[in-house]
Order: sequence, then C-alpha cells, then structure tokens
Amino acid sequence: MALRAIAGKKTLALGLVFSPCAAAGASAPGMGLGLRQARGLVTFSLPDLPYDYGALEPAISGEIMKLHHQKHHQTYITNYNKALEQLEEAMAKGDSSKVVHLQSAIKFNGGGHINHSIFWQNLKPVNEGGGEPPHSTLGWAIDTDFGSLEALVQKMNAEGAALQGSGWVWLALDKELKKLKVETTANQDPLVTKGANLVPLLGIDVWEHAYYLQYKNVRPDYLKNIWKVMNWKYAGEVYDKEIA
Amino acid sequence: MGFPLLSPSYCCGSQPSPPIFHGLLRFKPVTSLRKPSSQKRQLCQSGRASKILAYYGLTTPPYELDALEPYMSQRTLELHWGKHHRDYVDSLNKQLAKNPLYGHTMEELIKVTYNNGNPLPEFNNAAQVWNHDFFWESMQPGGGKLPQGGLLQQIEKDFDSFSNFRDKFVESAMTLFGSGWVWLVLRTEEKRLSVVRTSNAMCPLIWGDIPIIGLDMWEHAYYLDYKEENVRAIC
Repeated sequence: MALRAIAGKKTLALGLVFSPCAAAGASAPGMGLGLRQARGLVTFSLPDLPYDYGALEPAISGEIMKLHHQKHHQTYITNYNKALEQLEEAMAKGDSSKVVHLQSAIKFNGGGHINHSIFWQNLKPVNEGGGEPPHSTLGWAIDTDFGSLEALVQKMNAEGAALQGSGWVWLALDKELKKLKVETTANQDPLVTKGANLVPLLGIDVWEHAYYLQYKNVRPDYLKNIWKVMNWKYAGEVYDKEIA
Repeated sequence: MGFPLLSPSYCCGSQPSPPIFHGLLRFKPVTSLRKPSSQKRQLCQSGRASKILAYYGLTTPPYELDALEPYMSQRTLELHWGKHHRDYVDSLNKQLAKNPLYGHTMEELIKVTYNNGNPLPEFNNAAQVWNHDFFWESMQPGGGKLPQGGLLQQIEKDFDSFSNFRDKFVESAMTLFGSGWVWLVLRTEEKRLSVVRTSNAMCPLIWGDIPIIGLDMWEHAYYLDYKEENVRAIC
C-alpha cells in the first residue's frame, strides 16, 4: 500500500510501544504516519514537516503551510482518532448501525490524514531539490504514458482546476498495469478509492484552504506555481519501489 | 396549503419579498426581436453575426460590501461576490453562448441542467449563481435578531424552539465534509421546516423544497475572516 512508501527523514515510525506518551521513536521503519499505541488502540499524531513553514515560499506561503499543517491536518488526525475510538466501542458492543454510521467520518478524517501525510512529502524547498524534474525510470515512464513532462503537468493542472468543490488531483501508478495515470478524488477520499491498484506518487491538494490566503480564487495560479516545489525525487523513489 | 404563511424576516435576514422569488434574470436582446410575452420564451436563432441573445446578470447584494462587518469583512464580500459569484455568472454566460438553453428563469435553468441526476456542464454554474444570489439575501446588516411572526411559529412548531433549530443548523454546518451549503428549507411534501445540507453546488430547489435561508460553507466563504475556525464563522 502507499503507506509503506512514506519514509521521510523526520517521520515517525510504527512504534509498538504501549506507553501513551511515546512519540513512536526508533524501531521498525515503515508506516511513518505517527503512530502511538495505548490501551491496544492505535492512535495517530501529527508528523513533522521535513522543512520549515516558510521554506516553500514564494510558491506556497509560510502562513498557509503553518495553518495547513498545524490546524487542518491536526484536526483530521484528532477527529480520526476520535472516530476510531468510537468504532472500537461500537464493534465491542456489536452495534452494527453505529459501526456503519462511523464509516464516513473515518473515510473523511482518515483520508485527510493519509492524503496530507503524502502531501508534505511531495513538497520540497527549491534549495533542497524542489522542482527538479524526474530522472531515469519515472522520467521515461512519464514520457511514455503522457508524451512529455509538460503534457503531464498540463493535464494535472487542467483536472485540478476543473475539480468542483474540494478534492485532490493525483499522479498515480497502476501497479498492476504498470502505467501512470492522472486521477482526481473528491473531498478527502484517498486515491485507493479510485482503484485498489493505484499508488499515489504525487498529490496536489485543491481544497480552498490549500491556497486561498495567497492565491484567492485563482486556483490555476496555485497549480502553476506548486510545480516549483514539487519533490520528484520522492515520487521516483515510490515508483521504483513499486515497479521493482 | 395548510401551513402558516411564512414571514421571511429572520435573524440572518432577507428582503421583504419571499426568498424564493429571486428573479435575477436580465435579458438584453442585442438583435431585434419581438418583445417577449413571458419570461419563458424561446429566443430566435438569428442568422446574423451576433449570436448572443441573452445573458444573466450579476445581482448586487442588497447592502454595501462593508455592511456585514465585523462578522463578514468587506474584503470577503469583495472577493466572494466580486470574484467567485461573478465568475460563475461569466462562465455560465459563456457556456450558454454555445448552447441553446435560452429563455429560462434561473430556477428553471437549474432544474433543466440538473437533468434528473445527470447534470449538464452548465448546472454547476447556474446553481452556484442562484445559491449565491440567495445567500446575499439570507443576510442583512445588523441582523441577528429572532425571526418574527409566522416563521418563528413554524420554527417553534417544527424544531421545538428557536435555539434547538439554531443548534441543529450549526451542527449540520460543522459536520459538512468538503464543500457545500446548509439550508433551512420548507419541505413541500411534508409541509414542515427542515435543516438540510447539500454538496458542492446542489440546491434544494432541485427536489422541490423551498429554501428559506442558505449558508455557504465552501471555504472561500469564511477563510479570509476566520481561517479554519469555521465554528466561529457559523455562529
């Protein structure tokens, strides 16, 4: 699954530690989604950004990055944890209607957590390689499946701009067909809701909160500029791992 | 119809005219046509160069853009009305220039383009134009007072109390996932008031209910003033 691929420098590993205060330290690398365990229930915490809030300027303002990370992403995590706790209770009681009722909150908040965790990895300051085009394997795959990098960027920008309401636009790898494709998802639906074989390589958040303070209603400008801080290296690593 | 006549004066306010009748259609024939007898007319397909025969106009909120301060800033109104709402109108007119969907009132256009669940590309723009027209009417400067007369009675009847209704409305707005709207509607079938939520551009007119107030919960509606604290925005 895509979750395995999230392995940034400062991300938190899956620590099977039962102390509630453990911020999931060393142990096994892998999940990187900030897991803690207490009372047997896995809870999630906000992963650190691998760069400063202002490091993506001028493409994305520090104000947006701070709000986006500390407020929006944190809220998804808080509500995800809450929903999981309620789910555990409902399952223990055998309360099926509550279990089913909780699914939309889990999909929304859990999806928000998954998507944003990927998003922070997808971005990189310019002086750390952000914006540098993809090389070798992923670069060739893009040329094969889209004609050129420019064509891919144009397609993603067009689909991102056309998305009604809130959602995400993705560069996805279909790991069965070994082909790249552009997909969109609504609200916080993770990419996997569009196909079980789809692995997210890059995702762009087109919820208004992702750009409004800086770009106002001009979503196309946000989409044009975000490529300047795109972390193709990360996308390439995920791609190579899946294709291998 | 068996239910009390609703007075549309409510805390978030509306004009003296019933909220549903926001006839916001402005026709501007640019070729010589005979005067229409009713709003529902077919415009002639003129063979001349200028093919655009009608357009929808951007209606102005019934107050100055700073009149809703401090709850909603002038800056927000400038952007929300001046850019978002205007964009929907301009985009709709552009689409209609290529598409023979002439002669409808906005309410009709929404239903036609909704196309029974298979929306045409014009639907999103048409519905958002209407929704935003209604939204400006749903608010008024110095609002915040209780509704009066028939509407208050109906609210108390259908929600037990005004504060119950308010709680329900706020809760509905808070638990909306993604972009959408929260409405107080009059359900025409059941003949009672209800709080409903719609996604993206969806509008209760589609299924025949009568909106009484609408609240825009798209992030652009509150982000400049309240950032992510949409609770404060709603209250």
